[in-house]
Amino acid sequence: MHTTLHHNQQEINNQLKIFIDEIKKRERSDSHLITILHKAQELNGYLSKEIMDLVAEEMQIPTSVIWGVATFYHYFKLSPIGKYNISVCMGTACYVKGASEVLETIKETLEIEIGETTEDMMFSLQEARCIGACGLAPVAMINDKIYGELNPKKIVDIINKLKEEALEEEKIVQ
Amino acid sequence: MEKQMFTDRFASVFGTESFFKKQKRIALKNCGLIDPENINDYIYADGYKALGTVLTKMTPKDVVETVKASGLRGRGGAGFPTGRKWELTAQQESDEKFVVCNADEGDPGAFMDRSVVEGDPHTVIEGMAIGGYAIGSSKGVVYIRAEYPLAIKRLIKAIDDARKENFLGKNILGSNFSFDIEIRYGAGAFVCGEETALIRSIEGLRGMPKSRPPFPAAKGLFGKPTLVNNVETWANISSIIVNGVDWFSSIGIDKSKGTKVFALAGKIVNTGLAEVPMGMTLREIIYDVGGGIPNGKKFKAVQTGGPSGGCLTDKMLDTKIDYESLMQAGSIMGSGGMIVIDEDSCMVNIAKFFLQFTQDESCGKCIPCREGTKRMLEILTRITDGEGKPGDIEKLEELGNVIKKASLCGLGQSAPNPVLSTIKNFREEYEEHVYQKKCRAVVCEKLITYTINDKCIGCSACRRACPVVAIKGAPKEAHSIQQELCIKCGKCFRSCKFHAIDKTSEAKEQK
Ligand SMILES: Cc1cc2nc3c(=O)[nH]c(=O)nc-3n(C[C@H](O)[C@H](O)[C@H](O)COP(=O)(O)O)c2cc1C
Ligand code: FES
Repeated sequence: MHTTLHHNQQEINNQLKIFIDEIKKRERSDSHLITILHKAQELNGYLSKEIMDLVAEEMQIPTSVIWGVATFYHYFKLSPIGKYNISVCMGTACYVKGASEVLETIKETLEIEIGETTEDMMFSLQEARCIGACGLAPVAMINDKIYGELNPKKIVDIINKLKEEALEEEKIVQ
Repeated sequence: MEKQMFTDRFASVFGTESFFKKQKRIALKNCGLIDPENINDYIYADGYKALGTVLTKMTPKDVVETVKASGLRGRGGAGFPTGRKWELTAQQESDEKFVVCNADEGDPGAFMDRSVVEGDPHTVIEGMAIGGYAIGSSKGVVYIRAEYPLAIKRLIKAIDDARKENFLGKNILGSNFSFDIEIRYGAGAFVCGEETALIRSIEGLRGMPKSRPPFPAAKGLFGKPTLVNNVETWANISSIIVNGVDWFSSIGIDKSKGTKVFALAGKIVNTGLAEVPMGMTLREIIYDVGGGIPNGKKFKAVQTGGPSGGCLTDKMLDTKIDYESLMQAGSIMGSGGMIVIDEDSCMVNIAKFFLQFTQDESCGKCIPCREGTKRMLEILTRITDGEGKPGDIEKLEELGNVIKKASLCGLGQSAPNPVLSTIKNFREEYEEHVYQKKCRAVVCEKLITYTINDKCIGCSACRRACPVVAIKGAPKEAHSIQQELCIKCGKCFRSCKFHAIDKTSEAKEQK
């Protein structure tokens, strides 16, 4: 779900409009608002004010209602996220096995708090609630990949490796 | 023949270890054995046989009576008799009714429903179709967490495949009964697992609960009669129809029939899902199925019911796992989370963890829950920060009881449970925190004293990590911490690679 950088905004908007047009053909189409917001976030990376305005216009639902729904649910992000989105599981099993130490270490290493992104747009930090890998607790998910049996040292190593990877990629692009 | 093949396959996949010996699999009967993306695998395993039987040989009323007689109760938490709920919804007169599958699975630390949907999606679809027939509905909705992408993918495929084979759609298997299912996604709000909030969320709104009555059975989705059941409840239906009421009610005990799936986690050797017959004791599930506590540590408590449940002690290990016994012991069955806690965990901290969760998830609609949980959390934070005052524990109890009685929905009504049950069972730990500023499990950071032991090689990592310059020592010489400057942030401990920093928490003199 981090695909957006290559697309331009116009293209994203068009794709979203096509999606909404399909939804509008269905019965009780207003009730699909959450599905549409999921799609918008998938396409755009997060729910910007402009994207919500677009949904409002297309669906003929007041922006205030859309804002209300978007802010109610944790899953919806209202600001852009970094290249690597780290979700530390703070579910019960992970918590009991020391997830807070892992979380603290990440905060210290990246100098960001939960819900924030590093200035270079490289890392974002979130809390997750049980991603169903309790047997590997404590776990974190970085983008779509799960890292298990973490401890402070291991997570620092992982972060450093990702930093290196990103640097390599940049070199290749240049 | 096929049956034998199946048993063999079961043994080859799972082995015959004690983890499986004591289990009895109904809801999970196909999980791990069949290819969830292949409808034929499900059909070979007697799949859709129940739907066929129901449509050809039973009236809707028969189906309701069968489910009633089986004694099945809701697996989503509250344990409401399923047949009774079906009957209530069936009795409603309406041009339109809905069948809803609750796959929101909000308990943070449990994944029973995810495993069923990922491992055997057709069993949920079949259950819902049978439910639709029984209550006179042609529309089903699965409300599933967006955080479960694989489950969603498999469910979409399963629904498509079921349509192709006419197990869903118009005139199913040549009968007059038509039924189809659509999927709606959650978006990370715990309260949306509560059925009235879930309904509002399906309607595309903020997922805030409503007061009941009217119950969804009378006035639910889009104002129409709606039957809401949990994934695992649905996954029991086809087996009940195929194997009969007598078979089902022979498993389990008194008022709790059948099995329950638990997600074993925490300080336990075998973590994972276990489906056990109702009436097994906690001791059996923790020690026989779960293999006990790892690393020679001592068992301290077991938490069931997630953020709505409670913690039970070693004295209660012989409690039977059924709705009533767990309730009597001071916890609940809940949806199946079972977290084992050993001596390394602080019960006050665990209670705070759950309360933080419910406080964060409180939707804000009713005041007891919104404000009450906040005040409770403040007091708990004070206690774990070493600033607890005499009377705090009593205040927590009083507040907790008010919130339980006065809240609008099940979230608030159960939010104080983890706190109240730990106060009841581990009061001395609370008292140590408040009166002696001591945390016996050495977890609560502010109550910890950090000291440097003789493993220190003088690498200075801790000195550099300390934000308040409380650590002294020349390079390559043993360092020391000046206690009066220490703010107990724990950074030195995390920075040390030589296990040279000790954490202790002793009773402190009261001024
Ligand atoms: C705060 C709260 C959260 C809930 N979360 C869930 C959930 O995640 N899954 C679920 O099936 N039921 C959940 N429930 C219970 C539902 O309200 C409802 O009772 C259940 O879905 C009914 O199905 P059952 O009778 O088959 O258990 C929750 C209830 C409350 C009060
Ligand atoms: S609690 Fe972290 S994966 Fe389940």
